[in-house]
Amino acid sequence: MSGPQTPMAHRGTKLMRTWPLLTPVVFLLLVWSIVPLLMTLWFSFQRYNLVDPTITGFAGFDNYKFLLEDPAMLAAIFNEVVLVGSVLAITIVFGVAFAILFDQEFWGRSIARLFVIAPFFVMPTVSALIWKNLLMNPVSGVFAWITTKLGFGAIDWFTNYPMAGIVIIVAWQWIPFATLILLTAMQSLDREQMEAARMDAARGPQLLRFVIMPHLARPISILLMIETIFLLAIFAEIFITTSGGPGDATTTLTYLIYLRALVNFDVGGASAGGVLAIILANIMAFFLVRTIARNVNI
Amino acid sequence: MSTLEIKQLRKSYGSAEIIKGIDLKIEDREFVVFVGPSGCGKSTLLRMIAGLEEISGGELLIDGVRMNEITPDRRGLAMVFQSYALYPHMTVAGNMAFALRLAGVPKAEREQRVRVAAKTLQLEALLDRKPANLSGGQRQRVAIGRAIVRQPKAFLFDEPLSNLDAALRVQTRLEIAKLHRDLQATMIYVTHDQIEAMTLADRIVVFNAGRIEQVGTPLELYHNPANLFVAGFIGSPKMNLIGAVVRARTAQALELVLDGGSVVSVQPGDAAPGAKLTVGLRPEHIVVDPQGPISGHVEAVERLGNESIAYVSIGASLPLTVKLPPQSPVALGENLRLALNGHAVSLFGEDGHALGWTRPQAGG
Repeated sequence: MSGPQTPMAHRGTKLMRTWPLLTPVVFLLLVWSIVPLLMTLWFSFQRYNLVDPTITGFAGFDNYKFLLEDPAMLAAIFNEVVLVGSVLAITIVFGVAFAILFDQEFWGRSIARLFVIAPFFVMPTVSALIWKNLLMNPVSGVFAWITTKLGFGAIDWFTNYPMAGIVIIVAWQWIPFATLILLTAMQSLDREQMEAARMDAARGPQLLRFVIMPHLARPISILLMIETIFLLAIFAEIFITTSGGPGDATTTLTYLIYLRALVNFDVGGASAGGVLAIILANIMAFFLVRTIARNVNI
Repeated sequence: MSTLEIKQLRKSYGSAEIIKGIDLKIEDREFVVFVGPSGCGKSTLLRMIAGLEEISGGELLIDGVRMNEITPDRRGLAMVFQSYALYPHMTVAGNMAFALRLAGVPKAEREQRVRVAAKTLQLEALLDRKPANLSGGQRQRVAIGRAIVRQPKAFLFDEPLSNLDAALRVQTRLEIAKLHRDLQATMIYVTHDQIEAMTLADRIVVFNAGRIEQVGTPLELYHNPANLFVAGFIGSPKMNLIGAVVRARTAQALELVLDGGSVVSVQPGDAAPGAKLTVGLRPEHIVVDPQGPISGHVEAVERLGNESIAYVSIGASLPLTVKLPPQSPVALGENLRLALNGHAVSLFGEDGHALGWTRPQAGG
């Protein structure tokens, strides 16, 4: 009779014992995440420009209206989607390929693994500088040297293909992460299942399609989600290489918010951009979580 | 028709030789069980036959054709794995039809063959389920079904029952035996469980340390173990192996002094007086007899209902295991006299090999 009550009572006393210890940290985290969010929301409805402190007061939806009517905004969302989408696609393709490759036994595998992971440890700013000045520079870059030697002439990446250049840099930084996650997933693939597939005459592409990809579906969806969160906030690479240009060819939403707030000093408009970014991120997260939930039921 | 022949097969990893030259011929429709302790090479040999491990030396012939360089899928063999190795994202039907699908068999025929196999294994109701929604025994049957659908020349089983609970194991064992009768197929079965080996096999191959210790029918191995290893491995409870010295040899009998001092007389064998032997006594061949030549002290009694097992210390290093009728009044701590029931003993020389005269059957 007291059966169902006991665990509850027990839970109650446990809560009583633990809440004094838990409360400070929960409170701190809550303040840490909620206060900036609320401030952003508040500012997004204010007339607030650092250049002219006399402009104050409630703006209603003017900031949003102004932002949504701005052609730069649409372009920024488009650029954001192109950047995130391409980097996701490239990292997953290379991640799967590297995971399968480094799952094999070969001489020098541990060193090769180290090298493939290494780009992840390079700071975004540093890697952007290396790519910009040492590799992709049309005059002194390695790529230009190679292509001129081969007789194709140099490519001025950040003038002619600015978005492609940034995608390459960011993908280079994130392939290691994808490889790492997918390699651990590959190693948990049942060896007997691979052998059964071999006895069933599954080879190369069929093995990939029927055994490896279904096994990697879940880690890939998790990877998509984690990478999306980080890629939406890409800033340093753009700032260092193209500063959002030429024109607005590489101005993403994140970069647009930076331009509004710290170049135009329009805090209200930037905050509105921030809120829109949060909404966009949540929409994407919603779809991703749904994909994952579906895949988890394998 | 499918026969399988192994000639001087070897496997080494670096300098470590795992399989040390094995010769074996498996006849059409034969059920052969590879048995041995962990790490004896039995699974490796099976995987070499399947083509999953490369052959380091020697030759593998299936129906007289050399198979060393042939890929696993072209050897015409099907394997049932210990972990079942089902494809988790495919339904039962999809799992069973996978090999046919890759081989480009038309859909109608695929479905037909899956249905037939599912009927044999009572899987018809489960065809649309995923492996995650099946019990262990059902997964096992799907794994067997996947093998049947391919209509292989021979079935290979790699410890297929070791992931099942004890009750299910007995049932599945019977099903596999029935399957062998129904399909009339050649089967090779690897296990470390000697009961599975005894119940299923036409012939048992006992492995130890990369070599074959003995090949024979279950009863041959039981009654005529070729050496101490087989003697200790086959039979449960284990055969008693006791050191002994030959005291006298006559035309009718060989008189032995067992460790602990008891003197027994057994049928004559090829051993000179003074020779050191090991005597193998099956627990069921020892009886309680007030006039018996062996005296001992009961150290433990296990009453199993259908029989009682007594462990009787006779002064040797290990107590003698004795199988008694269930109603036997033997009590813990009691002093007993034991006799051999007939002369059914196995004698092993100092090199561990059987002396070449042991009798196939127990009896007066």
